[in-house]
Amino acid sequence: MSTIKSPPVESKGTLSPEVRVSLYEMMVLSRTFEEAILREYHADKGPGFDIGKGLVPGEMHLSAGQEPVAAGVCAHLTTADAVTATHRPHHFAIAHRVDLRRMTAEIFGRVDGLGRGRGGHMHLFDPDTHFSCSGIIAEGYPPALGMAFAFQRQGKDAIAVAVTGEGAANQGAFHESLNLAALWKLPVVFVVEDNDWGISVPRTVSTSVGNNADRARANGMPGVRVEDNDVEAVWEAARTAVQRARAGDGPSLIEVHTLRMWGHFEGDAQGYRPELAEVTSHDPIPAYESTLLASGVLDATAIDRIRAAASERVEDAVAFAKASPVPDPATAHDYVFNERSTR
Amino acid sequence: MTITEVRSERLTTSKAMVQAIDLEMERDERVIYLGEDVGMYGGIFSSTTGLLDKYGPSRVLDTPISESAFIGLAIGAATEGMRPIAELMFSDFMGVCLDQIYNHMAKIGFESGGNVKVPMVLTMAVGGGYSDGAQHSQCLWGTFAHLPGMKIVVPSNPYDAKGLMTAAIRDDNPVVYMFHKGVMGLPWMAKNPRSIADVPAEAYEVPIGTANLAREGTDVTVVTISLSVHHCLDVAEALAPQGISVEVIDLRSLVPLDRHAILQSVAKTGRLVVVDEDYLSFGMSGEVAATITDADPSLLKAPVVRVGNPDVPVPYAHALEYAILPRPDRIEAAIRMVVGA
Repeated sequence: MSTIKSPPVESKGTLSPEVRVSLYEMMVLSRTFEEAILREYHADKGPGFDIGKGLVPGEMHLSAGQEPVAAGVCAHLTTADAVTATHRPHHFAIAHRVDLRRMTAEIFGRVDGLGRGRGGHMHLFDPDTHFSCSGIIAEGYPPALGMAFAFQRQGKDAIAVAVTGEGAANQGAFHESLNLAALWKLPVVFVVEDNDWGISVPRTVSTSVGNNADRARANGMPGVRVEDNDVEAVWEAARTAVQRARAGDGPSLIEVHTLRMWGHFEGDAQGYRPELAEVTSHDPIPAYESTLLASGVLDATAIDRIRAAASERVEDAVAFAKASPVPDPATAHDYVFNERSTR
Repeated sequence: MTITEVRSERLTTSKAMVQAIDLEMERDERVIYLGEDVGMYGGIFSSTTGLLDKYGPSRVLDTPISESAFIGLAIGAATEGMRPIAELMFSDFMGVCLDQIYNHMAKIGFESGGNVKVPMVLTMAVGGGYSDGAQHSQCLWGTFAHLPGMKIVVPSNPYDAKGLMTAAIRDDNPVVYMFHKGVMGLPWMAKNPRSIADVPAEAYEVPIGTANLAREGTDVTVVTISLSVHHCLDVAEALAPQGISVEVIDLRSLVPLDRHAILQSVAKTGRLVVVDEDYLSFGMSGEVAATITDADPSLLKAPVVRVGNPDVPVPYAHALEYAILPRPDRIEAAIRMVVGA
């Protein structure tokens, strides 16, 4: 373990009630979405579990427990900023205000989806909000550099946020990107979601340092680690990093010790996880809800209203997706190149 | 009397390539060039000579030896409205950055259902013949061409080098531009006279996906690409006085492949030799042969003969390397075999 310690980032308790409510709302919306996808995903996989079956086929990586990271970071962004997310992208897409209907339609593989059914849940591309994600570990970092580079050249004050997990911090593309972003002072905020697990491999088995913020400093940029999956601490850390990037002072890295509440993918029984029974007790959403109730920012009625509104939006998106047509097999050759297929 | 003056100058392939980049950079400020040693050095194989002086370090960028990072940067910049050219110094180095190339550059357009464009050019030096060993002498265009979502162009001469580069920069899709070190006309490497030619001074495009009928003939079609075009033309010239009429098709692009040009020529000659400096199996030579057999095997009066690297890592020792490269002696023997002479 590293002997270099970075100062822990903690919430300073300075957030306005409006910001605190909006962070809560975003986390609830995100969780409600994941619960709906979970329901739809498992609705028709049987008998038994056939991963390729059903309305939502294929691998499904859900983000329950990691909402504080996306909510806290994206609160500082506008849709002019870019976000490159991971194979577990839904919470960041939602927090970055990707259209919920078109995103859901893509997850259902329909023609009204963001990629007209070509991408799927790991490959969501939304030019309107400059959102994208990649199914390949750490490989969303390099394109984020280019988006930041373009914004800089175009004289915009937009920035790029690049997200990975802690497992990705051992990939070459991660280290190459940190060096180049710092060298060229690119307006990037690197986010590492440390959920303790690279599928089944714990961080202690994969990583030589205790804190990826150390790796940021090794590459000439500030790095901080947020413990406790605390949305307000993420918000504080992201505010500093986003301001720095917008001011032209270069990149920063924020590692957040977060929580993967569910399996790596749906169908993962997580037999490798000794702390599985305790996971629910660390759920960040009830915890934040208690904080806001105790501080009088929210009451039970407001919470019910927020949950109902989230549910309404999510069910609307699911209904939209289900009503959207399945792509015509005759169009399977389209979009390989920018002009339509000439086959 | 009207005199139409066509301005042109004699250029090496590398200078023609640079001229295309120069004209596009002048015309379009979104065009930038980035890679290793592309600034002061001007590209190890002279792909960027003089561009730094003219455009400065904000548009001609030397990068760290971090191919994933800077090729990925080019991809991201392209999705946000720039038109970057990124240089992978050798195609052999694809191993350190292939994910950005085939999973991102080539797939983003498709995965987004056509909503995101990646208008960029990925340049790279290819090929052997000068004892650079197994990790610096490969062509690998068959590997790139196998992976969907990127156009592949491989010029053999100055005219095409300029016209294909212009077309590649202006294309809204990712284009891989592969230049053989042996066609660049470098002063420090053996070169064929065809590496220097008259090139129009103004910008022009060679359409991507169109083959060039490099030499007309009637007895046998030789389909080839890159440096092998020079060897095939040399052999064709030598065989003409012996009564063997060789047609040479320079594919120039592998993706899209000009299958029509291949079929049209073989329909005329009835005989086909494919000459490819890349590995023989699962590659360009098989694809060209399949173009005939898929369409009409009865076009062939004789079996197709393929001349390629016989699936051997490129050896270092000169004698060994020249034993596996498609040199003129092997090309001539193949042509004689297929015409029965």
